[in-house]
Amino acid sequence: MSTAGAVAAGTVHVSLRRQRIDVAGYVFSAILLLSLLFSLALLTVLVADQLVRGVPVFAERGTGLLTSPLSSNPAKAGVIQGLIGSALLASIVALTAFPVGILTAVYIEEYAPAGRLTRFIDINIRNLAGVPSVVYGLLGLAVFVAVLSKVGQANGANVITGGLTLSVLILPLVIITSAEAIRAVPNAIREAGYGIGASRWQVVRKLVLPSATPGILTGTVLALSRALGETAPLILVGAVLGSFSAGRSLADLFTGAYSALPVIVYDWARKPQDEFRALTSAAIIVLLLVTVIANGFAILLRNRYDRRW
Amino acid sequence: MNPTATAPEITSAPTEREGTPAIRVGSTASTDGAMVAIDPVIQLRDVSFYYNAFRAVKNITIDVPTHQITALIGPSGCGKSTLLRTINRMNDLIPGTRVEGSVTFHDEDIYASYVDAVEVRRRIGMVFQKANPFPKSIYDNVAFGPRLNGYKGDLPALVESSLKRAAIWDEVKDKLKQSGLSLSGGQQQRLCIARAIATEPEVILMDEPCSALDPRATLQIEELMAQLKENFTIVIVTHNMQQAARASDRTVFLNMADDRAGYVVEQAPTIEIFTNPKNQMTEDYVSGRFG
Repeated sequence: MSTAGAVAAGTVHVSLRRQRIDVAGYVFSAILLLSLLFSLALLTVLVADQLVRGVPVFAERGTGLLTSPLSSNPAKAGVIQGLIGSALLASIVALTAFPVGILTAVYIEEYAPAGRLTRFIDINIRNLAGVPSVVYGLLGLAVFVAVLSKVGQANGANVITGGLTLSVLILPLVIITSAEAIRAVPNAIREAGYGIGASRWQVVRKLVLPSATPGILTGTVLALSRALGETAPLILVGAVLGSFSAGRSLADLFTGAYSALPVIVYDWARKPQDEFRALTSAAIIVLLLVTVIANGFAILLRNRYDRRW
Repeated sequence: MNPTATAPEITSAPTEREGTPAIRVGSTASTDGAMVAIDPVIQLRDVSFYYNAFRAVKNITIDVPTHQITALIGPSGCGKSTLLRTINRMNDLIPGTRVEGSVTFHDEDIYASYVDAVEVRRRIGMVFQKANPFPKSIYDNVAFGPRLNGYKGDLPALVESSLKRAAIWDEVKDKLKQSGLSLSGGQQQRLCIARAIATEPEVILMDEPCSALDPRATLQIEELMAQLKENFTIVIVTHNMQQAARASDRTVFLNMADDRAGYVVEQAPTIEIFTNPKNQMTEDYVSGRFG
């Protein structure tokens, strides 16, 4: 080694040594870790508690809980009507809120002239996402139930009004998440399209939407699982508390009485008999599983359509 | 330095506005002899461009000769890219922008009310500063434009010939199904050129196509441009003066006036701009004294 840049032996060794302990840094990372552990612990306790209470029901009755109808007799009560109701509700939400929400997002992001009005509408949609769900229940009662009961249905309290109410409830969420996914598509992609003579429709249809699909899918399916867990608006628009006999025809499925998993959980939790404590937990487990499956589906879809830029 | 003091305004022929008969075949563009217009495919006459109230470029009069490479050079912020994007109405996409003066393509005013901007862009294609292939396969990137136009011919053959003309065929012929984004920066830019020429435009606008590329990839693009001008007319924005000197036939030097609007200081065959500039400011710029 050349001696030109030589320094007194040992000075580098000294200057590179750690001088003091970064107390603030350690404390901060400890707080971060504690926050994580706190939320994890809380969730674990909640889920474990429900598992301890609910799993014995499955052990005892097997799939009986899943296949039996509602009943005031705890030994026979099951959630099949809730499963069917929730599935129907989810389908109605998917068929109404998804297209309307995604198309609204496309309009706001790609077509609406940038201006004060667009910004005003955008902000208000965000505010709507924060409106408590029970308010949407009242809206559903005032609009859907009232209208549908006028056009011939007995009292308008059926799975269609319930589904439409949930649709309106998650519509702002669908719009916001879809709009964000569309906004995340780099402008360079749009310019490239316009630059080779694509029209706006072609740019949106062939370039922007395919690129935004993973984000839109994730957002909409997460919104759907929010709808799956709602109780209050459904009770307001007439989901059945207690039990009902299933209709015989397909039409009864849509126009007759209905229930949903979260409504059943709410109903059973209020029942005086002790046997229903365990049943409530079992129903919660079913609800959680349904939600986890929906979310897993969302992740799967996202990974499948994922693109990198 | 006061640009207005040293830069005489380029005098231009009286501007023909919308509404005048469109036939202006063989019109000579200027009276001062600085421009020798040989069959210009695109003519800008007294063009000013505004972002809301801000005038980005002013009083631009340029002829773009066919089958030549015209380079727009000038310091940062003088409106070269803005000017380029008025030529195929890309600026239409930015709200609050406005064009004054006339831009003609084969003597047709492309800003006339009956003109479809989409049709303009099909004939005047664009390659961007940052390579922006679609997140699709190499094949689909090139086939995208022809498919939009409902191309009825042999699509695989068109894709192959476009990739060949963009001098990238040999590098990608075995992986046409791979994503365009898997290529290197220089390859991506040549893919974008292939994508642009697949729709058979007459003119290709290039907005600093080499600014993100290494010298070797830059040289490849420049060699490619020399081949492409056999079939296309090219307008390129560059802030690399060596590139303008090496690759272009005509050079337009823009500078920023005191009101920050870009204007044409001098335009001439490239060799003249670089060896015998008429304007002191041009000489200062091309010799690297400012900019």
